[in-house]
Amino acid sequence: MISSSQNLNPKLFDTDVEQIPIRKGFGEGLLKAAELDKRIVGLCADLVESTQMHLFKQKFPDRYVEIGVAEQNLASVASGLAAMGKIPFITSYAMFSPGRNWEQIRTTICYNNQPVKIAGSHAGISVGPDGGTHQAVEDFAITRVIPRMVVISPCDAIEARKATLAIAKSKDPTYIRLAREKTPIITTEDSPFEIGKAQLLFAPTGDARADVGIIATGALVYKALKVAAELEKENKKVKVLNLSTIKPLDEDAVWRLAHETGAIVTVEEHQIAGGMGSSVAECLARHYPVPMEFIGVRDLFGQSGTPEELLGYYGMGEKDIKDAIKKVLLRKK
Amino acid sequence: MPPNSALNDQKARLLAEKALLIRQSIIEMLIEAKSGHTAGPLDMADIFTYLYFHALKHDPKNPSWTYRDRVILSNGHICPVLYATMAHAGYFPVAELKTLRKFGSKLQGHPHRDFLPALETSSGPLGSGLSQAVGMAIGERMDFGRTSSKQFVCLMSDGELDCGQNWEAIMLAGKEKLQNLTVFVDRNNIQIDGFTEDIMPLNPLAEKWRSFNWHVQEIDGHNFRAIDGAYTQALAVFDKPSVIIAYTIPSKGIPEFEKKYEWHGKPPTTPDEIATAREALHTMRTMGGMVRGEHE
Repeated sequence: MISSSQNLNPKLFDTDVEQIPIRKGFGEGLLKAAELDKRIVGLCADLVESTQMHLFKQKFPDRYVEIGVAEQNLASVASGLAAMGKIPFITSYAMFSPGRNWEQIRTTICYNNQPVKIAGSHAGISVGPDGGTHQAVEDFAITRVIPRMVVISPCDAIEARKATLAIAKSKDPTYIRLAREKTPIITTEDSPFEIGKAQLLFAPTGDARADVGIIATGALVYKALKVAAELEKENKKVKVLNLSTIKPLDEDAVWRLAHETGAIVTVEEHQIAGGMGSSVAECLARHYPVPMEFIGVRDLFGQSGTPEELLGYYGMGEKDIKDAIKKVLLRKK
Repeated sequence: MPPNSALNDQKARLLAEKALLIRQSIIEMLIEAKSGHTAGPLDMADIFTYLYFHALKHDPKNPSWTYRDRVILSNGHICPVLYATMAHAGYFPVAELKTLRKFGSKLQGHPHRDFLPALETSSGPLGSGLSQAVGMAIGERMDFGRTSSKQFVCLMSDGELDCGQNWEAIMLAGKEKLQNLTVFVDRNNIQIDGFTEDIMPLNPLAEKWRSFNWHVQEIDGHNFRAIDGAYTQALAVFDKPSVIIAYTIPSKGIPEFEKKYEWHGKPPTTPDEIATAREALHTMRTMGGMVRGEHE
């Protein structure tokens, strides 16, 4: 059952569950954060509306810089603004920022230790019809590997708004991943969010010990929850952890889940190599090795299609999560 | 437009003597470090000397002074000249220059502000310094408008203008009319693999900058009056960012190494090379034989 302490959306499993794009939560969060802190400035590379920075731009035109289609400049200009005491938010599609401008992010932002916040929108394969060039499924790998970088991946628009407000207050260089498509609302205003803390969203009834732990991030958290609810009807005991901060990893929560269940399935809309699952595996290999299965893209580029078609084709659908759970349970000693 | 310098003879002479000391330090540092770049640091010694000993508002004893002008070194590999100038200006002891490129040193092979907090930015990978300077200049204008007297001075190489990111930044600075931004381009005509016009032609360089809506001046980068005239004029330009294309002689001060691109990215290491460099040092110390060296 869904964890009562998380105050999740009571209509979570209804067919008419409310759906809002994660990026919209970012746009609202940025506007709110900017109202609270005048050091916040916004920069965008010619995608102000689709990254939802237009709300900020309309309210604070004097604190907005239009960079044009120049993502390398975007990152380094932001570093310069941060050096003058600003807290810059930069937005583009994840493929181009942090994709195209990786070295500028590494050197001018992270090496320089400047509090620039990088919002990568339209991430994941679910951006759909645009095709493989625009489907960023490598962004966790390239950001989490950089020292000092914090990596956030909200599961819905409400969490995205809270995360945006939280990162606006931190001094760390930060990457926040956003998605284009409408995504079911999982959390509520009263759900807890803290950078670096995973949230247990689903657990067996009556404190029973779970047989398998799902660790999910981003929009696929919803699919993980649906799978858990279905399996509950078959009397299977599953826990679902929402890993909204990829880095720093909530090692304590990951370790506890592995210790309790002895079998972990990670779920992310990202290449399996170098992603969230890899980060979990790095942690568990050192502290508590258990059988693991990884849901993610298997070393392939994407293509055009609807989000559901693509998630099915590339092995990130609900059926794939169920299969992974079966497989990991067979491997469990 | 001819440079209109306010430097008097005495100050110009003082700056020339200071630049000589800084060149000596650069050569000593490179011999000691056994790696690093020779040509660029030596050819930019006059401009660095001018900035730190005449033009900039700064306080070596209080490097984080809010009202200081900002110096952004984009081509971080010429850091021996930055370090030597900062040491002679009083940011840290001159004796520390010998630690260049050594483990734990403030003086990393390419500038790193974790190790030397007086730096405005870490640099090394080419082509991103100007973007940072543009960001700083925009940030200042957001807070204090167009009349703030704080200056943002970016120093860059000609070779790094191969990087596309620079032209992104040049375009943005022109669009934003950043009157508080002045760039010095070290036009020494060399880069690691050869002469700039063979590797990737930059000419007509002045026209390129001008067409991006910059105020452009071309000067002799070893003439203090020319440097002063151009910088003074750059400060007076109100509706555009300024670039000063400074023609320099790579490895200036060691006649045998001058103008040779082979000295872009290496220090004197063989006994012959070190002897040549030391001879140049001796010539500098004795002002070409006019005075006795301190060890004679």
